[in-house]
Amino acid sequence: MTDSGILAEPAHIGTGSGGPLVVLENVNKWFGSLHVLKDINLTVHRGEVVVVIGPSGGGKSTLCRTINRLEPIDGGTITLDGKHLPEEGKELARLRADVGMVFQSFNLFAHKSVLENVTLGPTKVRKVGSADAEKEAMALLDRVGIGDQARKYPAQLSGGQQQRAAIARALAMRPKVMLFDEPTSALDPEMISEVLDVMTQLAREGMTMIVVTHEMGFARGAANRVVFMADGQIAEENTPQEFFTNARTDRAKDFLSKILTH
Amino acid sequence: MDWKQALFDFSPFWKQSGTVAAAFWATIRLSAMTGVLSLIVGTLLVAMRVSPTPVLRAAGTLYVNTLRNTPLTLVLLFCSLGLSDTLQFRLSQTSTVNYYWLAVFGFSAYTAAFVCEALRSGINTVPFGQAEAARAIGLTFTQSLRLVVLPQAFRAVIAPLGSVMIAMIKNSTVVLVASYIEASAQMKQMFEEFGATLPIFLGFAVGFMLLTLPTGFLFGWAAKRWAVLR
Ligand SMILES: Nc1ncnc2c1ncn2[C@@H]1O[C@H](COP(=O)(O)OP(=O)(O)O)[C@@H](O)[C@H]1O
Ligand SMILES: [Mg+2]
Repeated sequence: MTDSGILAEPAHIGTGSGGPLVVLENVNKWFGSLHVLKDINLTVHRGEVVVVIGPSGGGKSTLCRTINRLEPIDGGTITLDGKHLPEEGKELARLRADVGMVFQSFNLFAHKSVLENVTLGPTKVRKVGSADAEKEAMALLDRVGIGDQARKYPAQLSGGQQQRAAIARALAMRPKVMLFDEPTSALDPEMISEVLDVMTQLAREGMTMIVVTHEMGFARGAANRVVFMADGQIAEENTPQEFFTNARTDRAKDFLSKILTH
Repeated sequence: MDWKQALFDFSPFWKQSGTVAAAFWATIRLSAMTGVLSLIVGTLLVAMRVSPTPVLRAAGTLYVNTLRNTPLTLVLLFCSLGLSDTLQFRLSQTSTVNYYWLAVFGFSAYTAAFVCEALRSGINTVPFGQAEAARAIGLTFTQSLRLVVLPQAFRAVIAPLGSVMIAMIKNSTVVLVASYIEASAQMKQMFEEFGATLPIFLGFAVGFMLLTLPTGFLFGWAAKRWAVLR
């Protein structure tokens, strides 16, 4: 872990040249008659940061949720580090622990302090002793800049602080990959950067990340690849630079023109 | 009996203070044990009712709907007459101990259905994202329920659970049909012995309030103390 100040140096983007870590093959998903994921093929390599972007209702959240099987899929395969996602039960719970997830609405456990939020997974899932878990949790909270809030309850924190606590909670499981589903969409504008800074730092340290976001600054500064999703399909993927300046499909061009004028 | 006696004579309580105290003690023992057991069984029932296993869900629903819609008197008569006398199901050789436990079982089985439903409405106040986040860090279904969902559900329904407990204490008077002597049975006995006078009624009514009012205050205080901030 580096303890250099967040964003103290220009972003140095890893190439994500590790082996495949998350592999989706021909993944299909229906909600009733609604075909939400259509033949999705996506490979995310170790150390890679992939930004998923696209219009609302396009299936981005569902894609994230299928990767740790909060949603079951109806066709295709998903492997994590070469292993197929198990169906249900203990095996699946163990695998989920390897996938960190950060939600738009934070979802911190409301009846537990920030510190307890972070130590719950390590003590109950990983069976780490509580003293060790607390020490590590404090280090993580310091790292995301809210060590002094450890004893407070989520409702006593600002949105930005809550989201950073949620990131610390996910990191405490030492996940192989982190999923972020619009982590800054529920935040007041002045709190967005404190969360993005933490994510950028994480990317720089080599964490494999799949990030649903419309924050182009983050995509340009931290992502290796941008995946554009619309209507349940991956319509286009490219480097951030190429995607934002030379989108190939009309759908992407149309989408970008809408978010760029805002 | 003259009207002064019927309205102002509290002396039967002094004459029978020992048995009155014993009767209220019996009510307390019955209510306390039932409170504890019904909370435990009610929690297990609600876990069944929200479990992903259809068989468990169906069993939980069947249980709750059956017990909640059967008069307590019938449940207790079944326990005392059916289980004990007809089926010779005995929990103790001493008959008072036997009736105590049969009453506790019938009464707890009945009250647990109401505890379960109070808790289930509490679960509905817990945002879906809480359980989702619990699953996402790798907790199993049971762990999510035990560590995240139920603690929040409990805190949300402490006040309604207090009402369930107050109703339970008052319902304990029905237990007299199960041959267990508690406060209301004692009142009936004194009515027969001294006549149904206002002082005797008031004495027992106040006795029950001394049990129910603090219960209400305790649960009200706890509801505030453990409220979940959102
Ligand atoms: N649990 C669900 N049940 C039914 N339909 C759903 C559910 N979740 C999402 N959908 C539908 O699936 C589509 C994709 O949703 P989502 O993955 O949330 O898109 P995005 O995150 O890109 O906005 C939408 O049409 C949405 O209404
Ligand atoms: Mg979404």
